[in-house]
Amino acid sequence: MADVLVGAPSRPKIQIVPVRGLPVVAVVLAGLVATIAANKLWALEFYHVAGGGMWTALDLFLGFVIGPILAKMPVQARAEFSARFMPKMLLIMPTLVTMTLASGWQLARLVGNLEVGYPKHWWLTASFIVVGVMAVIAIGVLEPANIAVLFEMRKPAPNGEVIARLMRRFIYTAGITGAMQIATLIIMTRLASW
Amino acid sequence: MVRKLPPIAEIAVGAMTLIIVGGITLASRLPRPAPMPVLIALLAAAAVLVLVDVMLLARLRDFAWPLFFKVAKWTLLAYAVMYGMLEFTFVYDHVGGSTLAVLTLMLVVIAIDVPLLFGFSVARYAGERQAAS
Repeated sequence: MADVLVGAPSRPKIQIVPVRGLPVVAVVLAGLVATIAANKLWALEFYHVAGGGMWTALDLFLGFVIGPILAKMPVQARAEFSARFMPKMLLIMPTLVTMTLASGWQLARLVGNLEVGYPKHWWLTASFIVVGVMAVIAIGVLEPANIAVLFEMRKPAPNGEVIARLMRRFIYTAGITGAMQIATLIIMTRLASW
Repeated sequence: MVRKLPPIAEIAVGAMTLIIVGGITLASRLPRPAPMPVLIALLAAAAVLVLVDVMLLARLRDFAWPLFFKVAKWTLLAYAVMYGMLEFTFVYDHVGGSTLAVLTLMLVVIAIDVPLLFGFSVARYAGERQAAS
């Protein structure tokens, strides 16, 4: 039974979604709706730059700092880290992604970026493709694995083999999204200097 | 040992990819008219994949259905907020007619696909443990 993580004394009680964070998310999303409805340049810039900056920084940090550290840690330590880290990410990442993309689209409409013809328009299309790839990785691979790890950790005797396999997914996909964020930085700084 | 299950997660990711390709195709053409035949083909293919997934799921035995529905239900609620934001933006930007209809149907397909994927991803391991015990 070497693959079963037997109850470590300090194992936290795992809450899949940190309920205390929900009001913050609600306030951020309400502000986003108000921003889009008002269609003001500063507010849209604020949501897009603040959200996008945090999203990019988090992905780069996870992909190139936390990911390699986690890869070298024992399964028990990875699981303990995940139990405390993943629930917070479950609220933070979708909120940042929603505020960045929704305000970014509206901003592009407002400043007329969508009207620009090809071949210059390829920069915009490239940004859609990068976001699309990240969405498939995040929603299709990363997030289901994160949630499965949390549910596994809630069991009286979590299966270490399952956690290790799912965590490997986290490490690899975090690296890929980190690399995609470098592309995002190049594209976005290019668009901002049109 | 991991229980061998049909490729439900892989098919769900395939359906999601088709919807996202549709979204990119549409967004990359704006403000010009959307290439409707391409979008409809992508939407139909994604819908077929989701249908196949639902059929494969329905045939599973010894599966942790309560956990599946618990995760799927909360995922649907969370993503409904995100899809609601997207729909709000489309309507606010006066996207209308067949383009809005296709976009809304794409959101509906992905609203079934993502909860199904999350629910399956969690319940498959619970099922494995239950089957083993």
